[in-house]
Amino acid sequence: MYYQHAEDTIAAPATPQGMGAIAVIRVSGPQALSIVNRLFPAKDLTQVPSHTLHVGKLIWKSQWLDEVVVSVFKAPRSYTGEDVIEISSHGSPLIVQRILQALTEAGARMALPGEFTLRAYLHGKMDLTQAEAVADLIAAESEAAVQNALRHIRGGFSAELQQLRNQLLQFAALIELELDFSEEDVEFADRHALKQLLDHIDEHVQKLLQSYAWGNVVKHGFQVVIAGKPNVGKSTLLNALLNENRAIVSDIPGTTRDTVEEFIQLNGLLFRLIDTAGLRVSEDVIEQIGVARTHEKILQADMILYLFDVTQIEASEWEQAFAWLQGLKKPYLILINKIDLQSELPEFVHNTPQTMMISAQKQVHLNELKEKLVEIAQQGRTHGEGSIITNARHYAALQKVKQGIQDVYAGLEKNISNDLLANDIRKCLHDLGEITGEVTTEDMLDYIFSHFCIGK
Amino acid sequence: MFPKYNVIVVGAGHAGCEAAAAAANLGSSVLLITMNMQNMAQMSCNPAMGGVAKGQIIREIDAMGGYSGIVTDLTTIQFRMLNRSKGPAMWSPRAQNDRMQFSWTWRLRLEQTPRIDFYQDMVKGLLVRDGRCFGVVTQLGHRIEADAVVLTNGTFLNGVIHIGEKHFGGGRVAERAATGITEQLVELGFESGRLKTGTPPRVDGRTLDYSRMEEQKGDEEITGFSFLDTPKPAQQKSCWITYTNREVHEILKTGFDRSPMFQGRIQGVGPRYCPSIEDKINRFADKERHQIFVEPEGWHTIEVYVNGFSTSLPEEVQYKALQKIPGFEHCKMFRPGYAIEYDFFPPTQLYLSLETRLIENLFFAGQINGTTGYEEAACQGLMAGINAHRKVRGEEPLILRRDEAYIGVLIDDLVHKGTIEPYRMFTSRAEFRTLLRQDNADLRLTPLAHRIGLASQERMERVENKLHQIKQFTAILEEFPISPEQVNTHLEAMGAPLLKEKQRAAKLLLRPEISVRQLMAWIPELQQKAKTYTQEAIEQTEIQLKYAAYIEKEKELSRKMRQLEDVPIPEQFNYEKLQALSTEARQKLMKYKPRTLGQASRISGVNPSDIQVLMVYMGR
Repeated sequence: MYYQHAEDTIAAPATPQGMGAIAVIRVSGPQALSIVNRLFPAKDLTQVPSHTLHVGKLIWKSQWLDEVVVSVFKAPRSYTGEDVIEISSHGSPLIVQRILQALTEAGARMALPGEFTLRAYLHGKMDLTQAEAVADLIAAESEAAVQNALRHIRGGFSAELQQLRNQLLQFAALIELELDFSEEDVEFADRHALKQLLDHIDEHVQKLLQSYAWGNVVKHGFQVVIAGKPNVGKSTLLNALLNENRAIVSDIPGTTRDTVEEFIQLNGLLFRLIDTAGLRVSEDVIEQIGVARTHEKILQADMILYLFDVTQIEASEWEQAFAWLQGLKKPYLILINKIDLQSELPEFVHNTPQTMMISAQKQVHLNELKEKLVEIAQQGRTHGEGSIITNARHYAALQKVKQGIQDVYAGLEKNISNDLLANDIRKCLHDLGEITGEVTTEDMLDYIFSHFCIGK
Repeated sequence: MFPKYNVIVVGAGHAGCEAAAAAANLGSSVLLITMNMQNMAQMSCNPAMGGVAKGQIIREIDAMGGYSGIVTDLTTIQFRMLNRSKGPAMWSPRAQNDRMQFSWTWRLRLEQTPRIDFYQDMVKGLLVRDGRCFGVVTQLGHRIEADAVVLTNGTFLNGVIHIGEKHFGGGRVAERAATGITEQLVELGFESGRLKTGTPPRVDGRTLDYSRMEEQKGDEEITGFSFLDTPKPAQQKSCWITYTNREVHEILKTGFDRSPMFQGRIQGVGPRYCPSIEDKINRFADKERHQIFVEPEGWHTIEVYVNGFSTSLPEEVQYKALQKIPGFEHCKMFRPGYAIEYDFFPPTQLYLSLETRLIENLFFAGQINGTTGYEEAACQGLMAGINAHRKVRGEEPLILRRDEAYIGVLIDDLVHKGTIEPYRMFTSRAEFRTLLRQDNADLRLTPLAHRIGLASQERMERVENKLHQIKQFTAILEEFPISPEQVNTHLEAMGAPLLKEKQRAAKLLLRPEISVRQLMAWIPELQQKAKTYTQEAIEQTEIQLKYAAYIEKEKELSRKMRQLEDVPIPEQFNYEKLQALSTEARQKLMKYKPRTLGQASRISGVNPSDIQVLMVYMGR
């Protein structure tokens, strides 16, 4: 699409659909003020100062729509950089719909998805990574995700990549030096030094790549699959964990009748609890896991909670479950439930760091369980307070960089000539450039001239 | 006194000479005007041609039918293929030349070229009417008319020479500066700037003690620059390497208070990669010594060029410092080094054809565009000559792409990025250097130049023959089976992995340590089969086979780049409304009106984020 409608004035609800106390409708574009003005007889909005609020009735074709508050933001000091009006109306979907209809009749057009942000981008209000972060922020479902998105908007992410870019640039410059200035009396980096520098870069890329897994946790929640026989107390556990967090929990129906997914937030981290009622270890465990969907859940899961009822625990199930969990190569916890009914354990139950005694019903050791969940989730957080990759495009670019670095390694091993090595490095820089901005020859030459005495 | 010419070329340096030759060989009547006919194609600085990236340019000029390669070969006193140990894209021919012979060999060539007239005078102004240039006015008062004019003024426009505290007007030492043109162009609306360059002292070779220096010999085998059979020298002269030291640096420092550079008398920007010795000492204070190349100026002369010792310090400081260099203890100085400032016109004022945007039928080439180097100047002269001729004939300009030639990279860089220091070519400036090799310049460019009538039929036939031979020899190598018995003793001796089963020669060649030359030496049958093929064709076949993967990768990249090249920007595009563009980018885009996103992306000041904005806006 050739984006040719920048002259239009666009409108759309800025708050989600559904009942709420208030709803906000945003109008942006060169005619934003005059269009809303036609609906707002109380005051001449084209004459009011920017960043002011005005109360009044919205009337269109003699029909009273609602009593609203309008916020006026004049270009360029607005979200999109254009004239913007935000109408806060009452939250009924019907009212919102009628106002939007009136606005389009008055000359506005319904905004396309993301069009406000697109305009903000086109008007220089944010760069691409920031625009992407806005999308993340809007979709953020936990405190940590909000923090991360805000960090991107403030540009912290770019700074981290900037450092990586500089390292690669240095590497590329050292290679180019030997090519264009082979006749100069300067010391060229030997292969060993180049490898060391490359190790450094690789480590950095690896760290950022790993942060993607963590970023996914931050963005989409840490996925915990709850498994075990029926009636061992899985639902009770789920409810017990959910209870105090009810207010921020939403129900998402599972893809099968047997799977229920719930979200909870612990320590600002989002957890996605998946109750796979159908899954348990038994004689036909292979067949069970063979059910594609359940199997998929297990594969996607970040960890497994396997529940036993202490009163009904059997040696064979214990052994099978134990072997199965170890084979999954994921974090897991074995929960021995209902210890309020029986505190003695059978002999075959060996206590491991992965075993916890709980009572979902009586809320015994549930706080310890939550702490443990947070602790396990945090283990993926390799990056400390640093930046986290949450954007698939960034991840893909970094993966290409990683692949490029492997090519450079291979080239160094095979002792291929530097000009061919340089090709691979240039490719890395180019791929990284997709998120950090291009690296030009001038950048490389600047590095060379400022670090080496060049010139006969 | 003068007829009306098709093309007038002002200046007879490397750019002017190539421009005159190209336009005349294409069929234009040409007048070459120079201030001094004794100094045509003068090597103002070091007596050498080629080098890394520059050697590739000379090969390209030759492939297109220019003269620089031939003249270089005819006057070579030493030849080296630089970077032999690296990949073929880095192999760079370089020659030391006989300075005087180079100059008159060029002049003879031009004298033998039909349709070129010569005139010695200074051009002081242009004839311009309705935004169109139609001739020149000389100092002697002649108005000479022409359909197009190529300006190649080098360092002569308001040139000022600095030696210590002395400074005086001049275009080269002992030659007058040219005045009038800058002033007129500025009045016409051109923007001008000031650049600086420098040159080292020349000394008496009889007073040097070469036993205290390292010898640097030429290659045993001279491949040369021209794709034609120009004779190569039977013997070569050596260059010598020596070093400065602390003592030399201390003496040089005593002149810093009289340095025109450090005292701010020189305003022009000098090249960072060709700094003066005082600059090197100043900026890299912890470096204990700097390399000096001692280069003979010719077969017969005793004059010697002190490469690496460019300076504008007072003569006596230069002299005293030289004498502390090992081998220079008793040296006598012929001419002091000096710095020169001159006018240039930021090349962003040009079209890719090298015609100016402001004045039609006026072309600029060489240092006037902010470049440095004989090779950079010569290739611009060639292109300006071609395009001036084509303009006169009403034909489309010839524009070389970045993936076609270093010449394309150079002109594209100049026009879209401009330059703030004298621009020199580096291989790193080329995105596609695996494609832009010195060995395939003829395959890349001769067919193109032949099509427009510049490269001769002979050149074209050579290319066709080479292509034919490559095809046949490639087929031979792809079929020729090599058994372990034939090569394993040799491989073992090299410490290379042994061959386990039969393998085609082409496959074995993918190993970095194996060359065609080796295989032919090991296997007489292969030697026999290769007999009918030229050395050039064999080498080319080997490169194409060995580096096929890399060549393919770059071709793929160049295809991708061209996609950006294919996104047109509407002529009347309104950049004002795109507030996301940086102010600088918006101004530049409005000024240069690029026709494609590819061109826009190479304008300096237009950042990738700006291109992203345009791409989003264009819906890509």
